[in-house]
Amino acid sequence: MDLSSELRQFHRQQQTRRVFLGRASQGIGALALASLIRPSSLLAAPARATGMVDPLHFAPKAKRVIWLTMAGGPSHLETWDPKPKLAAMHGQPMPGSFTAGKQIAQLQGQKLTCYGPQHQFQRFGKSGVEICGMFPKIGSVADEICWVRSMTSEAINHDPAHMFMNTGSQIAGRPSMGAWITYGLGSEAESLPGFVVLTSLGRGGQNQPIAARQWAPGFLPSRFQGVHLRSKGDPVLYLGTPAGVTREQQGDVVKAVNALNLQHDAIVDDPEIATRIAQYELAFQMQASVPELVDLSKEPANVLELYGCKPGDGSFASNCLLARRLAERGVRFMQLYHKDWDHHGGVKQGIEFKAEEIDRACMALITDLKQRDMLKDTLIVWAGEFGRTPMSQGGDGRDHHNAGFTVWMCGGGIKPGTVYGGTDELGYAAVDNPIDVHDLHATMLRLLGIEHTRLSVKFQGLDARLTGIAGKVIKDILA
Amino acid sequence: MKLSMTPCARLMLSIPALALAADLHAATVRKVDFNHDVQPLLSDNCFACHGPDTTKIKGGLRLDLRDAALKPAKSGKVAIVPGKPAESELVRRLTTTDEDDRMPPSESHKILTAAQKELLRRWIAEGAEYKGHWAYTPPVKPAIPDGVAAIDHLVRQRVAELGLKPAPEADRRTLARRLHFDLVGLPPKPEEVAGFERDTAPDAYAKRVETLLASPHHGERMAIGWLDVVRFADTIGYHSDTPRNIWPYRDYVIRAFNDGMPFDRFTREQVAGDLMPEPTQDQKVASAFNRLLLTTEEGGAQAKDYEARYLTDRVRAVGAIWLGQTIGCAQCHDHKFDPITQKDFYAMGAIFADVKETIIGAREAGMLVPDADQARELERLRQVADPLKEKFDGPHPDLEGAFAEWQARQLSMLATDEAWTRLAPAKAASSGGATLKIRDDRSVLASGKNPDTDVYTVGFTNGISGVVALRMEVLPDDSLPVKGPGRAPNGNFVLTEVVGRVERDGTEVRKVGFISARATREQEIFVAENPYGRWTAASAIDGDAKGSSAGWAILPDVGRPQQLRLALAEPLTLGAGESFVVELQQAHGNHGHNIGRFRVSAASDAGAFDAPVVVPPAGAIADLLRIPAADRKPEQAVKLMAHFKDQAPELADLRSRLAAATQAKSDFEAKLPRCLVTERNDQPRTVRILPRGNFLIETGEKVSPALPAFLVKNPGRPATRLDLADWLVSRENPLTARVVMNRLWRQFFGVGLSKVMDDFGAQGEPPPNAPLLDWLACEFMDSGWDVRHMVRLIVSSETYRQASTAPRDLLARDPDNRVLARQGRWRIEAELVRDTALSVAGLLSPAVGGPSAKPYQPDGYWENLNFPVRDYDASKAGDQYRRGLYTWWQRSYTHPSMLAFDAPTREECAAERNRSNIPQQALVLLNDPSYVEAARTFAVRILRESRGDAATRIGWAWRQVLSRAPRAEEVAVLEALLGKHLTEFREDRGSAEAYRKVGVERPSADIDAAELAAWTDIARALLNLHETITRS
Repeated sequence: MDLSSELRQFHRQQQTRRVFLGRASQGIGALALASLIRPSSLLAAPARATGMVDPLHFAPKAKRVIWLTMAGGPSHLETWDPKPKLAAMHGQPMPGSFTAGKQIAQLQGQKLTCYGPQHQFQRFGKSGVEICGMFPKIGSVADEICWVRSMTSEAINHDPAHMFMNTGSQIAGRPSMGAWITYGLGSEAESLPGFVVLTSLGRGGQNQPIAARQWAPGFLPSRFQGVHLRSKGDPVLYLGTPAGVTREQQGDVVKAVNALNLQHDAIVDDPEIATRIAQYELAFQMQASVPELVDLSKEPANVLELYGCKPGDGSFASNCLLARRLAERGVRFMQLYHKDWDHHGGVKQGIEFKAEEIDRACMALITDLKQRDMLKDTLIVWAGEFGRTPMSQGGDGRDHHNAGFTVWMCGGGIKPGTVYGGTDELGYAAVDNPIDVHDLHATMLRLLGIEHTRLSVKFQGLDARLTGIAGKVIKDILA
Repeated sequence: MKLSMTPCARLMLSIPALALAADLHAATVRKVDFNHDVQPLLSDNCFACHGPDTTKIKGGLRLDLRDAALKPAKSGKVAIVPGKPAESELVRRLTTTDEDDRMPPSESHKILTAAQKELLRRWIAEGAEYKGHWAYTPPVKPAIPDGVAAIDHLVRQRVAELGLKPAPEADRRTLARRLHFDLVGLPPKPEEVAGFERDTAPDAYAKRVETLLASPHHGERMAIGWLDVVRFADTIGYHSDTPRNIWPYRDYVIRAFNDGMPFDRFTREQVAGDLMPEPTQDQKVASAFNRLLLTTEEGGAQAKDYEARYLTDRVRAVGAIWLGQTIGCAQCHDHKFDPITQKDFYAMGAIFADVKETIIGAREAGMLVPDADQARELERLRQVADPLKEKFDGPHPDLEGAFAEWQARQLSMLATDEAWTRLAPAKAASSGGATLKIRDDRSVLASGKNPDTDVYTVGFTNGISGVVALRMEVLPDDSLPVKGPGRAPNGNFVLTEVVGRVERDGTEVRKVGFISARATREQEIFVAENPYGRWTAASAIDGDAKGSSAGWAILPDVGRPQQLRLALAEPLTLGAGESFVVELQQAHGNHGHNIGRFRVSAASDAGAFDAPVVVPPAGAIADLLRIPAADRKPEQAVKLMAHFKDQAPELADLRSRLAAATQAKSDFEAKLPRCLVTERNDQPRTVRILPRGNFLIETGEKVSPALPAFLVKNPGRPATRLDLADWLVSRENPLTARVVMNRLWRQFFGVGLSKVMDDFGAQGEPPPNAPLLDWLACEFMDSGWDVRHMVRLIVSSETYRQASTAPRDLLARDPDNRVLARQGRWRIEAELVRDTALSVAGLLSPAVGGPSAKPYQPDGYWENLNFPVRDYDASKAGDQYRRGLYTWWQRSYTHPSMLAFDAPTREECAAERNRSNIPQQALVLLNDPSYVEAARTFAVRILRESRGDAATRIGWAWRQVLSRAPRAEEVAVLEALLGKHLTEFREDRGSAEAYRKVGVERPSADIDAAELAAWTDIARALLNLHETITRS
């Protein structure tokens, strides 16, 4: 569309000066304030897109994060944490010394029986890491991955546990990590949001609800919210032009609105109007850029084959491929929810389903990024909101479990082909180098160049942080 | 201008004393003020280690109390020596170049500017005077000279102090729009603006104000902010986020504002309406306030965990709503900045421990909330039902004889029944995936999945010897639809075939045949397609000779036990290792017509099969019957009599009249609204201090309910919710009136007098114009907590009536409008954005109150909700066009076009909303069918109601939306758009037709589609204008 030259110039300033979604504190007042606090902010536009952390506290190892949320709580015992002793104790009572005084979810008040791992483990790669044989493709890239087998969480029910994993707090209303990171770093995406969320549902149908608060900006400005990229309907809510209206006509309306707003600004001199104009232009751009982004049909056949997906199938594999496309376009934080890991029953078959859905896709994502030389500055995190009990539930399942489980990371600054930490011999509690959610967040921020104690915002009198008042960087897993 | 929550604005909070360049200048000439200048610095930079949290004190130094700060610390040095900065260790530590000694320490990432250090030095030099924290000191009403409006006097004083000039009064059109948005939340109609512009009477403005205050929409406008702070929503919040009955509370809030209810009463009714003497329906509905928190139904959630969450949720809410205190910070430890102890926190939580509620699980349906007409009708239905009930329940001496006969008959049936032996199933399985549970009484109960067809296989190994007849009882159960015994929604089932066999090791060794069948009841209705003309017992053993869908069924006699008896072809005796297997085939195939609960018995006496087929009395009644009449206790006699009355033919007429009356009443009740309310639990939950907030530690000190000790001396007895409410709105409470007035001020000026809406503690911002906030607070209390009086005072002030435009130098000096030398301008709230479009379109429903409505929402937006999976059914025409305030508030997926305009999810108290400016807002206004439909309906209005050429019509439309005439260059932009699109849509009629179908509203067929489409784009442009959604 043909906007006046002032508008284009204004728009360029927008893009170079700050984060994508919204530029709320534009204008004289805000500039005056900003200059009062940070004189540097009035200087020439920096070379990279910046957020509130400028300059960064450390040289960054990662520029972006792809967080694979395995929603429902994957069993570490059928995936990444081999426990031969648990197999040996299968069917025997769980020793009380492991469980006394600990949180228990649905097994409250029930007899606790050891339940051996339901799938064989085998060694992979030069590092010889032992993981479940159901995941051979991930095994084939095992030397890229760091397995953290000593993860813990405070929460044991899905909703609060997701909140805790995403925001570092079990109280609703705190910013999600993707919001924190786009707030801290800004985004390089020109006409896409800096924080994008994708969801997929697996075959087993354990469809635990996920609330939109999991990607909410909390007390950060709204423009840092995660935007849910949907696989059905408009990929972004309200993206589609009304029925009967062409893109050109939509452009005419936007142009008229912007022209009238500009005329009005000449009279009332309201800095918010310039922002409004820029947002309309961005929205109009998104109406073209987002459909282009989500259209996988132009991807070469060998790439679709690598991921094992078909355009528009809404699968986790498709979402992995979309994540790569988002990463290429400068999106800062991509979070992929894959549901259906809540195996209270039928964990054996459940894991088989999940392996089919994620094994190849995860391998493909790592391989694809590596081929494009992007793995080195893309941090991938694979994590559920908690793990599952070594004890049986209902004879063939496992209950929620927060005392010890596994997450894995790879790419941007992570030491590849390593195992960190461990659980006890029955896979109950993290005993070797236990870490918690705050540590994981602190480590991620460190890789992005941020000292986690220095990324804070005043909220209800506190210097609120993603890591709360805790968090230690796990130095041993940094490359 | 964006007024809150921008990164910059937030950063400002750490140095509130320097918020305003002009202020900084002022502080260099006047004496340093502890509350305004010093405490914020000490709190933010020092209190974390030298403040109220006694467990975290470092170096033995506290700076929050003067006495402590003047004493030698652990090091022996004295932090503050009044009048002698050079001798004060605090000054040395602030200014030293020695990294190890410097305060604040580097790991705190706190840095004081030179100006801030100088302020602290000067404060010590001037005597280091401490004052009580401003917000904890009761407000004192400043004296105002006679004949001056207090608000204007206090604002002007400060405006002048800072060398600024107040803005001139805004023009009438702007004032009209401002008043309409602020007082009723709707744009004025052009004729209202014109009338106001023409009215030259001195009281023209006052008349407009009074008209709007008297509008029923005023309460709606005022309710929005209150619903935000109390976190009103239609759903529970956690996990499944299921609905709850709560909307009558919203109506209460709207009514309270419309009726001018004093705020103290408003507070009491919400916190403790149920504890008032003989509470009215309204007061009980008000007490729904205590039920607004987030709750869970998640399986596996631990009650102790959520009990703690609910307690903290409520304390945080009361802290934020009335006290402006971040009491929630004291959940795990004493407060870092404010004198709130952990014990205060739990003691306040304990005040709510008497609220009756399920911790984990579905909320109850709630109290019936009939309106006046409905209440009358309900009373009428009660008047019919109650006397019948009384008569039925009363003594019936005339039935003594019948009662005795009945007992004799029952006893004889019991004797017959004793010929049957209940068989204990060894196993029971469902082919269709239902869960079959064997119960202690040897019956089998089905639950879980209810497939359309199913086969139950039941095996028996014991008690089968010489069996000549089988009996299958189908039994009612509370878990079944209308108590069963079937699982179909009407309680029926169809047993299509019974097959018997003997198995050994799971393999059939011989069949067991049946030669005849009888039942207590054979269904005689819905027989059109039944080959037997009846749902007979015999068709269950016909080998499906007439198809597999015929079988035994019992309608309408559901809800009570029935029996099927089968005579065996040959006596059956099991050999060693054999089992008797019965298959109950249910192949009817319609709506899960499967058996819900059944029990199999066997008889070895042929007479048992032939005995009359009646259902003998069940367990408890049988036991009573066996007790000789003379030995029965009175309650046993009553129970038996009641059982008799339930079926005595003599009472059939009374029973049916009573049943009809009761049914009429319950049918009517089912249609009435309900609301969760507070009910008092006589045994309040025990509340203990949870160390570090950890609910697993159950050894913490038990606390009894009490008001926060730092603000109030507690009476000897435990505090009740009524005590809390009384104290919240008592004169002794220094906080409530200030907090409420600060929020009210923000509604009318865009920013609070203290900018930090949710924290009046040490980390908040002392109001730069403290006398003004104090005057408002005192006036509010003096007026009897009259909210409307305060609204009237504020909007009548000259300060309020100022223009909102300002010269650039003023914008630069006072970007956030803290001095109030002008009015504010801001994008209107999410609800009002919607209301504006609907109102201009002429679609807006004028109804006030009622259930939540569901505006169009993108398909699949709720796809990540579950337990259960939900479809979003958009409201039909009428309810589709309700005000934004009534939008269905789904906490985990709040309506996306509301969210885009910063409506909060209401999971937590929201004392202020963001005012963001993001591209999603453009997408909503351009593409959301609600707005497209509104634009098209507005276009119909333009075509129908305006006359003349395109430019004239554009002018008419412009006035509808913006209450002013367009300038020529504005008309030109829209004329060009209209011309182009008219041509295009004329060439592409198909698109024009598609465009007219958005939404449910159908424009009449006589309107040309192309013309309508082109004008719809004009309307869309107008509804998208910044000016349209800006209150200025």
